[in-house]
Amino acid sequence: MSQAVLSVRGMVKRYGGTTVLDGIDLDVREHEVVVLIGSSGSGKSTLLRCANLLEELDDGQVLLDGVDVSDPRVDADVARRSMGVVFQAFNLFPHMSVLENVTLAPRVVHGVPREVANDRARDLLARVGLADKAGAYPDRLSGGQQQRVAIARALAYDPRLLLFDEITSALDPELVGEVLALVRELAGQGRTILMATHEMGFAKQVADRVCFLDGGKLLESGPPEQVLGEPVHPRTRQFLGRIIDAGRL
Amino acid sequence: MSDLQRERLAYKRSRSRRSTAVALLSTVVFAAVLWFSVRRAPGWPRVRQSFFNLDTAWRTLPAVLDGLWLNVRVLVVAEVAILVLALWIAAVRTLRGSVWFPLRALATGYVDLFRGLPLIICLYLVGFGLPGLRLSGVPNDPVLLGGIALVLIYSAYVAEVFRAGIESVHPSQLAAARSLGLNHEKTMRLVVLPQAVRRVFPALLNDFVALQKDCGLISVLGAVDAVRAAQIESSTSYNFTPYVVAGLLFVLLAVPSGRLADWVSRRAARREGAR
Ligand SMILES: Nc1ncnc2c1ncn2[C@@H]1O[C@H](COP(=O)(O)OP(=O)(O)OP(=O)(O)O)[C@@H](O)[C@H]1O
Ligand SMILES: [Mg+2]
Repeated sequence: MSQAVLSVRGMVKRYGGTTVLDGIDLDVREHEVVVLIGSSGSGKSTLLRCANLLEELDDGQVLLDGVDVSDPRVDADVARRSMGVVFQAFNLFPHMSVLENVTLAPRVVHGVPREVANDRARDLLARVGLADKAGAYPDRLSGGQQQRVAIARALAYDPRLLLFDEITSALDPELVGEVLALVRELAGQGRTILMATHEMGFAKQVADRVCFLDGGKLLESGPPEQVLGEPVHPRTRQFLGRIIDAGRL
Repeated sequence: MSDLQRERLAYKRSRSRRSTAVALLSTVVFAAVLWFSVRRAPGWPRVRQSFFNLDTAWRTLPAVLDGLWLNVRVLVVAEVAILVLALWIAAVRTLRGSVWFPLRALATGYVDLFRGLPLIICLYLVGFGLPGLRLSGVPNDPVLLGGIALVLIYSAYVAEVFRAGIESVHPSQLAAARSLGLNHEKTMRLVVLPQAVRRVFPALLNDFVALQKDCGLISVLGAVDAVRAAQIESSTSYNFTPYVVAGLLFVLLAVPSGRLADWVSRRAARREGAR
């Protein structure tokens, strides 16, 4: 079996007295799409933020291609260059045009010349269906368009690993489809993706593996048919039951 | 265009003509009332003679204008120094980590000291105290010393304005920048500061107008600026009109900054209006 692109070992994260992540072990292999599910507040965002080293771990390791990047001697800024993050709330830079948002990292972090970065960004924007919005400012875009720009921004430096944090939960149902279609396309291209989502139907179709997070632990992990279809753990069953009641599966 | 819409537009136009007329009329009435009540004051002839003497105003205008030119030069140089120093102090105060503790503490102490110290006392300390040390290399030009005092006081104020702006930028913007691999310095320079400065621009312009007036205080050190020139002229002509002339010139100087502040905040509101 090939080495994992991302490997989380015994990850612990506490805020004040509460332990949000209590020893998480998780591997994401190349070309794999791993979906994190779990109720609100179960720590999905925290796990993704810790994986991106935006938060300091209280214990455990984050390995990128086998290298421990959670070591304080490792430059986190460098480690982050091989990860692309898309946040729940888009987090586009409001003072920059769409094109500037997308070209920022390639230009100032990766040293790509402006023209090259612009050309590449225009290609990417065309691929996410926003060729005509390059000069627009984020506040003039719809939520779905903003989220697609955020995805283009994360793809702009061709990261090895994509981390998506509930990228559709701030969107209207109509806009959810357009963003999920894009993620499906990325998965089809063989991108390596770790994503948190509440879209169980989508998880079922696209995920190679589904992980259920509860009480700071990964309670269950496996192929979507198994975790979503025949969950072993009672907590998983309870969670999925609520989701089905809410009509989301 | 439909008849309905035409009729509506005509109505709107007539409304706006009417409100302009009302505004004009009420302004004229108000000014007239003010004018007559001041003129009826028993002391008015003497006040007019010693404060609003047109001949004196015209005669002393060149000297006061000359002085004002010095104020303007001090203003421009001081403002640039203030912005640079303040931005630097504000950025230092955002540094995290114990390595930066001494710098951070220094910046905090600086702000506490110079934000609390009255400008006039700072002017005396710098203007008379520094040269009093008789150290070699310490300037004794009142304009320069006055400028230094202004920079010390105002940079502390403006640093706090910048800091408020920096802190108003949502942490998610920082997370987004860091997630792209930008380091702290680039995150500050490219993501946080541009947003912060935009947000505090009206407040900065407000401080700029305050500085315009306070530039007149360098006269206490003996620099011949507009205020000092007015003082000299008024003591030779036994008339206070030169002060009024200097005051009006300062007001005129402040008007463009005020309009600019209005314009900028309107534009910012429009651009960020969607959120
Ligand atoms: N910066 C923080 N400081 C303190 N507590 C935090 C912080 N961030 C998250 N938490 C806590 O950690 C827990 C997990 O939060 P997290 O955002 O990871 O949940 P989540 O699974 O992403 O939930 P959701 O589905 O609602 O997004 C929550 O109880 C939250 O209150
Ligand atoms: Mg979350």
